[in-house]
Amino acid sequence: MYLTQFLLLAAFLFCVGIYGVIARKNAVLVLMSIELILNSVNINLVALGAWRGFEEQIIASVFSLFIIAVAAAEVGVGLAIVLLIYRNRQSVDLSQVAEMKG
Amino acid sequence: MVAQNVFFGILALVMGVSAIRVVTVKNVVHAALYLVLVFAGVAGIFILLAAEFLAVVQVLVYIGAILVLFLFGTMLTRAPIGRTPDLDNPAGQRGLSALVALALFGFLGAILVDAFSDSKVEPTGVVTSSDVALSIFQDYVIPFEVISILLTAALIGAVVIARRD
Repeated sequence: MYLTQFLLLAAFLFCVGIYGVIARKNAVLVLMSIELILNSVNINLVALGAWRGFEEQIIASVFSLFIIAVAAAEVGVGLAIVLLIYRNRQSVDLSQVAEMKG
Repeated sequence: MVAQNVFFGILALVMGVSAIRVVTVKNVVHAALYLVLVFAGVAGIFILLAAEFLAVVQVLVYIGAILVLFLFGTMLTRAPIGRTPDLDNPAGQRGLSALVALALFGFLGAILVDAFSDSKVEPTGVVTSSDVALSIFQDYVIPFEVISILLTAALIGAVVIARRD
């Protein structure tokens, strides 16, 4: 197996996630796209670790575990914020949450 | 080697198609279900790369917990279950974002192919859970504790933000 096939797959998932973050306006779908991006980073880490050798393979697994934990925390807080936005405005349309726009 | 490449091809195809469906489909619940396919594909890729513990954690945490959280979020924000037209930004912004994503993929792909075109991945051994546990509790104890505090803080924060008072 070549290293580039894993890296290209991860890059593809990353770019699809970027597209989703910019093109969607439903807040829950934007959070889903962010999960796509985080998963692609994990694939990258594990593939590069397997390429370097066994020690690095273990370290890559540990770092990916940390990323998964951070992702879980991020989704929890993110969905709580989305819920609060819904409660205050009866919609999760991000194009209406524009008070900070100059 | 051939079997691994065939397996990778199937996984990559399924993941690519479902990822695109996640960001284009007009139904929030369908997007969540396509996300399951992407997560399962990532778990398969981890198995291909001999990271078995990570694959199990991926299934447990992503498919088991995060997906349920997304479905709860969909339910609590009363997203309509059927097709809805107003999930996307206007077509102009969609076109621009497709341009951004394609350009990014082009640049990333060119750089990656240029840098790693002749590198081969041959996992030398399976990373067992005891390897991971030894590494976490010998070398990475402090990051592990920090992650625990972060998770606790995030859980309490989520409850405080979302509760009705």
